[in-house]
Amino acid sequence: MAIDSSADIEAQIAQWLGYIAKRRELTPADADELEDHLRSRIADLTEAGLSPDEAFLIAVKRMGSLDALSREFAREHSERLWKQLVLTGGPDETTAAASRLDLMVMIACAALAAIAIKIPAIFGFDLADDATFYARNFSLFALVPLAAYFAWCRRLRPAVIGLLAALFAVGAVGANAYPLGDQSQSTVLTAIHLPLALWLVVGVAYVGGQWRSDRRRMDFIRFTGEWFIYFVLIALGGGVLTAFTFATFTAIGVNPETFVSSWLLPCGAMAAVVVAAWLVEAKKAVIENMAPVLTRVFTPLFAAALLAFAVSIVVTGNAIDIDRDVLIRFNLLLVVVLGLLLYGISARDPDAKPGLFDKLQLALVLAALVIDALVLVALANRITEFGFTANKTAALGENVILLTNLAWSAYLLFAILRARTPFSRLERWQTGYLTVYAAWAWTVVLAFPVIFEFA
Amino acid sequence: MHIAKDLVAASATPLVLGILADDESYGYAILKQVSDLSGGNLEWTDGLLYPLLHRLERLGHVESGWREAAGERRRKYYRITEQGRAELAEQRRQWSAVVDALQSIWTDTQALTVRPALEG
Repeated sequence: MAIDSSADIEAQIAQWLGYIAKRRELTPADADELEDHLRSRIADLTEAGLSPDEAFLIAVKRMGSLDALSREFAREHSERLWKQLVLTGGPDETTAAASRLDLMVMIACAALAAIAIKIPAIFGFDLADDATFYARNFSLFALVPLAAYFAWCRRLRPAVIGLLAALFAVGAVGANAYPLGDQSQSTVLTAIHLPLALWLVVGVAYVGGQWRSDRRRMDFIRFTGEWFIYFVLIALGGGVLTAFTFATFTAIGVNPETFVSSWLLPCGAMAAVVVAAWLVEAKKAVIENMAPVLTRVFTPLFAAALLAFAVSIVVTGNAIDIDRDVLIRFNLLLVVVLGLLLYGISARDPDAKPGLFDKLQLALVLAALVIDALVLVALANRITEFGFTANKTAALGENVILLTNLAWSAYLLFAILRARTPFSRLERWQTGYLTVYAAWAWTVVLAFPVIFEFA
Repeated sequence: MHIAKDLVAASATPLVLGILADDESYGYAILKQVSDLSGGNLEWTDGLLYPLLHRLERLGHVESGWREAAGERRRKYYRITEQGRAELAEQRRQWSAVVDALQSIWTDTQALTVRPALEG
């Protein structure tokens, strides 16, 4: 009997603490303090002759309502409503030490990236004169340290590390082994596609070698979105730093241009790649993911803009002006649409019922498909005129890849809205498609120079 | 007897500082002492003591530390600082002035008798 009621009281106290824990204004330390108070009160009341149940009820009542309590705590600790990033430290000693070590490793990897981009200079590669060398290779300097950071974080097996090393080696060979001229289209294509290919290699490290798991792949997609946002934010900060460097040093008659262009910018950009990744990891649980928030804001806007564009084509009857870059421009449009779709998916509760946002996404994708179809029709007549150069083939290939993805996504979205298929199928389709991007990027880097005879 | 909310709030800081000036203490013990000192007339909502203690700590009037006795729960103790003692002295001066003023009114017999309403 006595044991029963004390176990009962423990359960009630635990439940009360559960409510406390849900309040953001109250930290675990506050909860400890309040728990101590509650237990003292209960002990006093039971000593005075109350049953434990009654004592608990009175103690909780005297504590005051949770709302009033949270309000008072919020007034005193308003900073707690703003979630802060704690650089080092944690609820206990071991996690604090672990996050300090993590910070150290991150700094080491960032420094490695910053140093790596300066190493070729020792061998006579000048940033300004050998721009094409750096264009082909910059992703190697940044992404190898990033992969190393994740290899350390995820305690990768030697076999996976070996695979990563091999892939990076292949990338390095692909970037440098072919005799490409400075003006060759393949140089530009490599500069664009190698980072993409290597980023997906980083993905292998990010998912801890479990690249077959679609859940982990989705995590990597989420990571990519957040990483991009942090990288842009860091770049903005870097811009301010650069401006101040210029302003202050020119004031004392020292021209910092060489320092800025050959040290601050390249080293800073390389280090920022690692720092942004670390920030995403550290802030993952602290703040809401930004990419899905932006997606929510911009999906309706882009859907409206694309529909307006499609309607304008039909109403005005104006043909799309097919110039050299039109395909690239519409490829970028498809990439944006795909990004909106992807980050809408990444934050969606897979079990939620289809709703308005899914319809918006379908509208967005359909509008993009219609527009792209119009572009392709307009292009088909003149494709022979332009010929199949490396650039054109790459642009066309990408268009086909993106179009296939979006078309099937539109079909799946439609089926989801009709409740004929579970949402997870769309998720699996997108995560599965990552392999297509990887295959294509590697093809462009490794095979295109050969196919197009190093043009 | 019910004491108005404003009065409870205004007297909370000097009461807590006064109790801590004697000796360091923890939340529940402070509350009990307040209740004892006022003969049970001053009843706070228990939970609201803690935001007050945290505010006093932020202002530097008290400092705190967790203590753990063997086999017991860990408990957060509060200790008054030099600055807190100065604050207490200041509060005491202000309260004395208020109490003195009230005292002289209470002794004025007119204030205590309810006068009949003026006829117009």
